[in-house]
Amino acid sequence: MAEIHLWGALRPAAGGASTVSVDAKTIRELFRKLEETYPGMAPHIARGVAVSIDGRIYRDDWGRDLPEGSEIYLLPRIQGG
Amino acid sequence: MASESTMAHPFEDAPNHVTPTVIHDPILSKTDFRSVGTRPLRPDGLDKVTGRARYGADFNMPGQLVGLVLRSPHAHAKIKKIDTSKAEKLPGVKAVVTAADLPDHTGGDQSMYDILENCMARGVAKYDGHAVAAVAAVDAPTARKALKLIKVDYEVLPHVTDVDEAVKPNAPLVNPRMLTEGVEPKPKKASNIAKRTEFGHGDVDAGFKEADVIVTRSFRTEQTHQGYIEPHACVASVSPDGTGELWVCTQGHFVYRNHCAMLLGMDVSKLRVTSSEIGGGFGGKTHVWAEPVALALSRKANRPVKVTMTREEVFRASGPTSASSIDVKIGARKDGAIVAADATLRFTCGPYYGMWAELGSMTAFACYDLKNVRTVGYEVLVNRPKTAAYRAPSAPMAAFAVESVMDELAHKIGMNAVDFRIKNAAKQGTRASYGPVYGPIGIGATLEAAKKHPHMKAPLGKNQGRGMACGFWFNFGGQTCTDINVGPDGSVTLTVGTVDVGGSRASIALCVAEELGVPYEQVKCIVADTGTLGHNDMTDGSRGTFSSSMAGIFAARNAITVLRERAARMWEIPVEHVTWEDGHAKAVGEKYGNLAPLSLKEIAAAAGNTGGPIAGHSEIVADGAGVSFATHIADVEVDPETGRSKIVRYTVIQDAGKAVHPAYVEGQYQGGAAQGIGWALNEEYIYGKDGRLQNPGFLDYRIPVCSDLPMIDTQILEIPNPNHPYGVRGVGETSIVPPLAAIANAMSNAFGVRMTHVPMSPPRVLKALEAAKKA
Amino acid sequence: MAVLVSTAINGDTVEFACDPHESLLDVLRNRLGLSGAKEGCGTGDCGACSVQVDGRVVCACLMLGVEAEGRDIETVEGMSHGTELHPLQSKFLEHAALQCGVCTPGFLMAAKALLEHNPDPTEEEIRFGLAGNLCRCTGYDKIVRAVQDAAKVMRG
Repeated sequence: MAEIHLWGALRPAAGGASTVSVDAKTIRELFRKLEETYPGMAPHIARGVAVSIDGRIYRDDWGRDLPEGSEIYLLPRIQGG
Repeated sequence: MASESTMAHPFEDAPNHVTPTVIHDPILSKTDFRSVGTRPLRPDGLDKVTGRARYGADFNMPGQLVGLVLRSPHAHAKIKKIDTSKAEKLPGVKAVVTAADLPDHTGGDQSMYDILENCMARGVAKYDGHAVAAVAAVDAPTARKALKLIKVDYEVLPHVTDVDEAVKPNAPLVNPRMLTEGVEPKPKKASNIAKRTEFGHGDVDAGFKEADVIVTRSFRTEQTHQGYIEPHACVASVSPDGTGELWVCTQGHFVYRNHCAMLLGMDVSKLRVTSSEIGGGFGGKTHVWAEPVALALSRKANRPVKVTMTREEVFRASGPTSASSIDVKIGARKDGAIVAADATLRFTCGPYYGMWAELGSMTAFACYDLKNVRTVGYEVLVNRPKTAAYRAPSAPMAAFAVESVMDELAHKIGMNAVDFRIKNAAKQGTRASYGPVYGPIGIGATLEAAKKHPHMKAPLGKNQGRGMACGFWFNFGGQTCTDINVGPDGSVTLTVGTVDVGGSRASIALCVAEELGVPYEQVKCIVADTGTLGHNDMTDGSRGTFSSSMAGIFAARNAITVLRERAARMWEIPVEHVTWEDGHAKAVGEKYGNLAPLSLKEIAAAAGNTGGPIAGHSEIVADGAGVSFATHIADVEVDPETGRSKIVRYTVIQDAGKAVHPAYVEGQYQGGAAQGIGWALNEEYIYGKDGRLQNPGFLDYRIPVCSDLPMIDTQILEIPNPNHPYGVRGVGETSIVPPLAAIANAMSNAFGVRMTHVPMSPPRVLKALEAAKKA
Repeated sequence: MAVLVSTAINGDTVEFACDPHESLLDVLRNRLGLSGAKEGCGTGDCGACSVQVDGRVVCACLMLGVEAEGRDIETVEGMSHGTELHPLQSKFLEHAALQCGVCTPGFLMAAKALLEHNPDPTEEEIRFGLAGNLCRCTGYDKIVRAVQDAAKVMRG
């Protein structure tokens, strides 16, 4: 079970919770299960969500492993100039 | 090679800014660079000083038509009817298009639908300058005549352009279907707030109870434009068989290809996009504007069509960044420790959903180590052009507000502004205000360097003040594809797909030369069109050099594997006994050690007999970009009679990770600072009560000219990014973040006047000075 | 009605026909294939189209093509002699005084005229001499240094 930290805009989709627990081993699995459990998150994921695993931010790569006990933050997939 | 050491430095006391401060990181083994860190001439330089370089408008196709766009004169209006019949009948007119010629192929992708609607209004014109129709004709006079013959029947609707007006309950609705996202319960009534977002950790309310001093202030910043000197330009050609070509100035031709193909209903592989040299972008050339319109015109006329925006069109319809309204509250103990920080940020998005307040909310407090922090952002719809990214988008406005309050708080506590920031600076292991924990970062190092910098102690003249401020930007990587091809003479073609905006071809070539162990001059870097290479993300987010050098290094390693195999075949020995050193294959082991090394040239010459062409490839997602911090110092002189301000001295200190081509790193620092200075002092979109832009030209929208600025001193720090083989961080954007606050703090230190509204133009400064005098 | 114009461009006699309303910039770019001068604004505010007319810097977007009759026009394409670059061109490259480079032709023309009139300008004179040319990339620092260095070389 990974504990996933949500930024503010995602929290309403999880009933206001700032963290949720998801049984996922990769980013792909995490997104799939989040969409299944919290359908309100689907539009955000479609628009782009980045995943911080122990402080390193993955903006694109869904294949990344979520190591046991790692700290996982979801963030908007940022844009730049 | 520039011999800058021979140049007189404007300030005798300034350290030699050519020598970077290196802080070695044990994670990285590579510190002994031969090519990286030097300053060779750029491969595209000669063409650019002789007028030979071809930009967006410098290219023509046979039989090309001139395309022009008709734009809404209203801030908000229902388009009841468009009659194009007279224009179509005008001799020389070959095509007229409206939204009907751009049917919706976006398949429910809202952000692409917004781009489609932004390219050509669909039933409602949502800002002054919104495209409503376009023509293609044999020449410009005919096209201009045709535009006048198009009759648009508008029903003017109430509009709103101001960020604070737009969030009021009775404000005119920009999009009557917009229900605020991110709030629970989901609202039933539409508003101009597209989204609410929140970041932070700890308990802000409890934190403020521990504070000895609290400063609360509200700020406003006006809308600015990226102000690239080259207006958007493209030549589009679509054939009846569904194939197409597009020549265009863009920050990302692969992204433009994907966007245009989707909006036109074309196969991605059938649209070949070539990026011209680009005359500046700064975020403003990251999504399509007139390009789909040019393609639609070409498709209808069955002729190539060139569309070039005028400067007025650039201002009215492309870019700009957000206007913002920000409230900040920070509390600290007497010992200088911040106990809580809170901010609410409202950013304009134009008429469409955006993530601008979100980026402001993420970056606002990113420089500091805070136990209790919260930021709340609101994306606000207004009848202005669709907001586009502008260099570290949203961070400058957030930093203006936060860094102003930081200075005021330091002053109230009686602490030096730099020491106060050093005490609270984020470091490795700090939880960022936007969530994750930082790796090795450079905010503390830039502050320490600022403290030691001679600029800090230099005497000030009459009516002068000194201010400083910090800035942060994330940087990112993304999809990158790079090829290396070794020619029969051993010279190397390096093919990249990231558009070169400020010297990245030189930087990427330096990294590949370093990895291959050959001279820089032996590597020729070119930017390929979309038919030649796999997808590459845009040159944005400070990713160009970071990600393409990473892919280039990996492609070089891939080529080295091939080169070792070929050398082994030439020597008839097992490949395990061949290494690659200094641009040569070397045989190792007792049995083979006496073989003379084979040069790249020798191996290349034999390629035909050892397995064919020698190449290296790399296709990656360049994750792991290192965040970037800067500290700026500004000396400002204000004329108390007129309120006019002048920057008399300016210093930029920023972490580059590893400066690949230091001259172009300095250039990024200086250019960003100059844009920030313009934003701080002059630049703003001015809208009339009628919702029309009143200053769509460089005369009235004044960007800094040469005589407005001093030399901009730079100090490069190098705190390597552990996620890049050479430690490179993106360097392009952070430099625009601190100037607004640094200048406001300088004014406050000079006159005791706290400026809370950017730009700090002469009338605003004068008003503030007079108000202070009365008080 | 097109007008026939006879002029000298970069030392060569050139004849062209243009409409009376056409700017010199449009003539150079669209009729003569000299696209070194750029249109950044079309209103004389950015200097990207700077050329020299009888030794004076002019925004080519503000001058009519027909006004070129009998004049001596120099554009960025005429700056180098054969393969030898003008010192300003060399110093712009060496000092990394360009990033995107779209303003560079205009800056080179303005700087050339400046140094022809004032071979040893102060920093302030350079800054005011180039104040009619906008650059959005460099913050002007490296441009000013390149002009200072080129002036030194040209003084010998």
